[in-house]
Amino acid sequence: MAKRFSIRQQTGFTTIACACFFLLYLPIAVLVIFAFNESSSVSDWGGFSLRWFVAAWSNQQVVDASWRSLKIASSAAIIATIAATMAALATTRTRTYRGLTFKYAFINQPLMVPEIVTGVALLIFFAQIKIASGYNGLGYLIAAHTAFCIPFAYLPIRARLENMDLTLERAAADLYATPWKAFRRVTLPLLWPGIIAGLMLAFVISLDDVVITEFVKSGGQDTLPTYMLGQIRRGITPEVNAISTVFLLLSVVIVTLFFFLSRKRD
Amino acid sequence: MPDTPGKNAIEVRGVRKVFGTGEAQVAALDTVSVSIRENEFFTLLGPSGCGKTTLLRLIAGFDFPSEGEILLYGSDIAPLPPFKRPVNTVFQSYALFPHMTVAENIGFGLEMLGKPRAEIDARVAEMLKLVRMEKLAKRRTSQISGGQQQRVALARALAPQPKVLLLDEPLSALDYKLRKEMQIELKRLQHETGITFIFVTHDQEEALTMSDRIAVMSSGKILQVGSAREIYDRPAVRFVADFIGETNFLDASIDSIDGGKAKVTLKSGATISATVADGFKPDGDATVVIRPEHAKAVKGKGDISGLVENVVYFGTDTHVHVRLDDGEAFTVRQQNTRGAMVEFERGERVGIVLGDDAAQILKD
Amino acid sequence: MATAAEIEKQAEAREIRTRWYLSAPALIIILLAASGPLLIVLLYSFLTPGPYGDVQWKFSTEGWVSVFLERDIFDDTLSFASAHLTIFWRSLKLALMATVATLVFGFPTAYFIATRSERTRDIWLFLITIPFWTNLLIRTFAVLQVIRNEGLINTALINLGIIDQPIQMLYTDFAIMVGMVYVYLPLMVLPLYASMEKLDFRLVEAGYDLYATRWQVLKRIIFPLVRPGVVAGSILVFIPAIGAYVTPSVLGGGKNMMFANLIELQFGQGRNWPLGAALSITVMAIVMMALLVYVRNTAGSEVRHG
Repeated sequence: MAKRFSIRQQTGFTTIACACFFLLYLPIAVLVIFAFNESSSVSDWGGFSLRWFVAAWSNQQVVDASWRSLKIASSAAIIATIAATMAALATTRTRTYRGLTFKYAFINQPLMVPEIVTGVALLIFFAQIKIASGYNGLGYLIAAHTAFCIPFAYLPIRARLENMDLTLERAAADLYATPWKAFRRVTLPLLWPGIIAGLMLAFVISLDDVVITEFVKSGGQDTLPTYMLGQIRRGITPEVNAISTVFLLLSVVIVTLFFFLSRKRD
Repeated sequence: MPDTPGKNAIEVRGVRKVFGTGEAQVAALDTVSVSIRENEFFTLLGPSGCGKTTLLRLIAGFDFPSEGEILLYGSDIAPLPPFKRPVNTVFQSYALFPHMTVAENIGFGLEMLGKPRAEIDARVAEMLKLVRMEKLAKRRTSQISGGQQQRVALARALAPQPKVLLLDEPLSALDYKLRKEMQIELKRLQHETGITFIFVTHDQEEALTMSDRIAVMSSGKILQVGSAREIYDRPAVRFVADFIGETNFLDASIDSIDGGKAKVTLKSGATISATVADGFKPDGDATVVIRPEHAKAVKGKGDISGLVENVVYFGTDTHVHVRLDDGEAFTVRQQNTRGAMVEFERGERVGIVLGDDAAQILKD
Repeated sequence: MATAAEIEKQAEAREIRTRWYLSAPALIIILLAASGPLLIVLLYSFLTPGPYGDVQWKFSTEGWVSVFLERDIFDDTLSFASAHLTIFWRSLKLALMATVATLVFGFPTAYFIATRSERTRDIWLFLITIPFWTNLLIRTFAVLQVIRNEGLINTALINLGIIDQPIQMLYTDFAIMVGMVYVYLPLMVLPLYASMEKLDFRLVEAGYDLYATRWQVLKRIIFPLVRPGVVAGSILVFIPAIGAYVTPSVLGGGKNMMFANLIELQFGQGRNWPLGAALSITVMAIVMMALLVYVRNTAGSEVRHG
């Protein structure tokens, strides 16, 4: 046998893995390429053009939906991250106390329930509140998004806290820092990367949501994903490709930042 | 006034610390009382789990005693949180703040005390000079070596001029050579600053070479407090004798006691004189300890005798393992000097001469 | 003055109180906008449907009855609701098939990543993470463009002369499954990778040393050791797959419904909120059962490994 025996090799695994990576990116590549198509077809290439990006940009519905998406995602992400940071501080680095397991379960609960069920539940619940209060604004969407963003924001913050050396805060206390000062000067600066990671995660999760938004939104409250879902159901033009491409780019940027931030150790 | 002899910086009075509740309760400290004098280099020595770190944490304020008082210059500090105690700690892991520079770390305590900027800067510069780290002031703590981190940790704890400095096994992470250097460095710092040091270690050599006084601890109790010489030459109990250095234990019966001296008869019938440990309660039987280097093996008759079982060469000295006539094991350590060496063979009959003052009677 | 021991006790009580205050915002938000409303769904499943959607506050088990059965309009007899049963069966079948398929593709992929050198491993991991965090709708849409009749696959096959008529893939169960495998593959790879990364390859060496073949090493050593990752990955894929909404809506068209589409229908044109609520509870029960299997499995593996 000419080839050396490799301990780690498994027959066919490399082939399957490479095929997976190829197939994972092929559809995305096709989608991006046709966003630059001159013709209005998404299968025949009619030359390079930016016309669909221009079309999307001048479509008032797209612009409105984008703003709405950003508004909801940033509000939900910020509120969720603050709540998650506080919750992470409350549930880490402690001896078990009564209610701790309950808190873990409760915070992670939105991850355990299928989105469709949460969507339906919120549809029913908010319908009652809408009648009772007469309020029809974006608050419902922000509240719903905040709730399902909390467990995602909680994840990296909690991980960071658990890896943090408790003796650092003890050292601060030993050096005359009151609990609040020790938190501000030692805990918080060391926790920042986790908080930023949590914020970005929450932002992306909120930005991507289709199902819960679809059920909670009132008329005229389309976010970019629900608008796109409507368009796709109606038939497709490269305009959706163009929107998707921009959306993809935004996600990739955020994920890249997140990836390097969560790898960074100090 | 600072040099008044016998003035106590720290007084620990009847302190108990239990962890857990009910059945699972464990006493980490079992009614400990000890006084630590001002300007003293005081060491808590004992194996891991003996309660030495617990005692240190109680003094620092990271834990509260279940019972008892801890007095700092006469006032009880046991109920105070750590940030209200004029006591600073050098942590085993150093616990340097990774997001601050060396200088920021050293200035942290003073900043928290609300000192003016100018005073902080001056004091930080002084501290950097004291630990010879002037050039690395702007570095991050992750960019300096272990020995340098150790110095920063020391400077940081000394900067607010604490009344007492607590050191929790600070040298354990360093390699042998650096550890030796830092031992001398620590003694120098203590001398220059005049601050009371309480040093925790499990390394008997470290304790013997550095300390003014040592407290030997085991199972949550302090067994003996004394100078290095007292602890080594006059161990009061079996644990202390066994934990520090090597020792021969011999059973004996007391013939007479006169002051601090006693005449005892060993199992072999030989009668020797021995020093009596404080607090010894005579009831006829006793254990006598003799350090291996306080005895001498000779060809011919000695105070006691036996057969050579093994001879082990150690470079600086040689250990002669002897089986005494009454069946007990005895080790003699002789220094290896050029020329004037008495060589022994396995199976040879030897006598053992005990020096004056070689034997000590244990309390237990 | 209080003793140190009393002060410690007070401090401990204060700390636990502070910890409750700190977690309160998160708990309240989740209670109001996620957990609490689930109870209302349970309540609604026992009410009577209103004529224009919503409900009438009258107790009824009709919602639950019509999950599995249908009432004949003329003689009021009950028979199995075959339309519902078809949808249940399709949902279960597709979710299970998607889970198995992601495992078949994901296992070698995770193994491949785990056996790369430290440096390149991060790059491969990053390539898996990107789709994981990009919009699910966009990824589904990307699949749609590839498998359409005018899409890349059919065009290529026709141009190569292999077929002359496009194969109808879109709006079939097959399309839904392909879509789910595509969008959920990262959910399988990541936990698998996490457990493979910890794999001690000296054990694999020991296996080869004791005359095992590659296949035997895979089956008898690697697979049992990474089983927690396999279980975690399968659960992570199965749960969103059984409740999938976007993928069947986009790739299944109107006819090939799954659970979620059926539920949506009851809140839309169907105007039968109690039935929709009962169906939601049913999906949740299936998910809870899957989670129970997971908890059992992980608890068991902890015992085995000491």
